[in-house]
Amino acid sequence: MMDSLITLLPELNKSFIETLIMVGIGLVVALIAGLPLGILLFVTDRDLFLENKTVKSTVGVIVNLIRSVPFIILLVFLFPFTNFLLGTTTGPVAASVALSVAAIPFYARIVESSARDIDRGVIEAAIACGASPWLIIKDIIFPEIKSGLISGLTITAISLIGYSAMAGAIGGGGIGDLAIRYGYYRYDNFVMFTTVILLIVMVQVVQYIGDFAAKSVKRS
Amino acid sequence: MISIEQLSKVYASKDHEVVGVDHVSLEVNKGEIFGIVGYSGAGKSTLLRCMNILERPTSGKVSIDGIDLLSLSAKELRTARQSIGMIFQGFHLAMAKTVQENVAFALKAAKVGRQERRKRAIELLDLVGLSDKADQYPAQLSGGQKQRVSIARALANNPKVLLCDEATSALDPNTTKSILQLLKKINRELGLTIVLITHEMEVVKEICDRCAVMEEGRIVEEGHTYDIFASPQSDLTKRFIQTVIDFNIPDQLLQEANGTVVHMKFTGGSAGESIVSDLLQNFKIRGNILHGKIDYIQDKPLGTFVMELTGEVQEIEKAIESLRTTVEEVEVLQHDGFADHPIARAE
Ligand SMILES: Nc1ncnc2c1ncn2[C@@H]1O[C@H](COP(=O)(O)OP(=O)(O)OP(=O)(O)O)[C@@H](O)[C@H]1O
Ligand SMILES: [Mg+2]
Repeated sequence: MMDSLITLLPELNKSFIETLIMVGIGLVVALIAGLPLGILLFVTDRDLFLENKTVKSTVGVIVNLIRSVPFIILLVFLFPFTNFLLGTTTGPVAASVALSVAAIPFYARIVESSARDIDRGVIEAAIACGASPWLIIKDIIFPEIKSGLISGLTITAISLIGYSAMAGAIGGGGIGDLAIRYGYYRYDNFVMFTTVILLIVMVQVVQYIGDFAAKSVKRS
Repeated sequence: MISIEQLSKVYASKDHEVVGVDHVSLEVNKGEIFGIVGYSGAGKSTLLRCMNILERPTSGKVSIDGIDLLSLSAKELRTARQSIGMIFQGFHLAMAKTVQENVAFALKAAKVGRQERRKRAIELLDLVGLSDKADQYPAQLSGGQKQRVSIARALANNPKVLLCDEATSALDPNTTKSILQLLKKINRELGLTIVLITHEMEVVKEICDRCAVMEEGRIVEEGHTYDIFASPQSDLTKRFIQTVIDFNIPDQLLQEANGTVVHMKFTGGSAGESIVSDLLQNFKIRGNILHGKIDYIQDKPLGTFVMELTGEVQEIEKAIESLRTTVEEVEVLQHDGFADHPIARAE
């Protein structure tokens, strides 16, 4: 058993890093694109300070469209785009294209819903102070939802770990790929259990770090 | 200072319209505390929110200090809002900011530099008596303290006007008093014009120079607070006055009274007691005081007496005639044991 583990180790290591790359890129993109999009969805809502029906419904529809496509289909659907972007559809970076596309609307909705929990009165008071929309976003909305943003990122990360396994199965690499190659095609239960344990540990660690970070920014 | 002309606000939804404010015209003078009272849904908040265009009026004009707010661009409006402070029933403080940061936010909105923001925030917290709480979070404060923070925030940019939407409605009577005193102090010391919305006549009595009574989006009565209290015209105003100047005489007492029961109200100078003793001396009647109270409104006395008069009917009638010439208001509640104006009794 120890032997099999040692022989597996290099492969396990490689897969682990590939998963980290996929999830990491997905998360960064979610943060860079999903966060502003989520805020945009919120502030263009009815009765809010940048109320804009056209923007709100256009962005809303796009977000829902992407979210309603099952990930495995999105992945295949995006192959031409990935190929155009990177010249390849295999490897963790290529897989992270689809992961990112899925993560953006996912995180955007989380951001939007945490912003909805802000007491509208607080925003109103800021408007009454004569604050500009940007200042309200930066100085009122953002700090108020900071801990929600981190919890949201945790949820996104965990979903991405799950998605990355699917991406792995069709050429992305990573832990999911490993599990399928050994566990599914070769009936190697040892490898499969090891990968499952590794995934469980990963999710637990992400959750733990996420909860800790969310708690530590939460004041009052 | 604040001039409102024919202002209306209509909320239109798919199948019907709700009129929040209905053709209201109003002048609030510089340096006064102006109260707006009315029951829930009367349109008070809507009217107030039109004064800084938190709510854009459907029609009409709003100008503050000569500036027509509806003609401003978004940017100009933001600048104008910096000189219109506003406080709310629910305080509306940013929970993730400390007390000092909350106050400093308003200064940031006016692009005041960091150093200056700090200094000014501390000054303001000092003014509202909260300098020791500067680094606490709103969740750690009591309601009254939160309202003080929101007052400090509203005052940050030296506004000319302060709009208060039910600022004390969430507070207990003692805290309400202290907040009202603070508002009065700000009004006197900083010469700030204050518009205050409330459904408690007590608040108006306490600090308002003038007030208006609203119902269904319209102003039904408006005037100096003392006059409104001394001689309310509309039924609605009377009902509001009764919540403060209440002469609720138990029915049983009225039934037992076998004489004529008169209710009189006297204002300002006329001293109640001498009127009563003169009355009893000049006419062959006997009097029995059922209720007597003097309220001070804007430091001026307003007396309410209810007396039972017994004796010859003619003498009583003459006495009442003479009363009508000496006191502001005389009302016969009951003649010789028969209720005359049952509605005149509170509740
Ligand atoms: N955003 C809105 N959309 C539709 N109708 C509204 C809106 N805001 C207020 N109204 C309506 O306008 C009327 C006046 O409301 P407003 O909030 O001004 O009353 P108010 O006098 O402040 O009452 P309260 O004492 O309960 O605060 C009400 O009939 C209310 O239903
Ligand atoms: Mg209201």
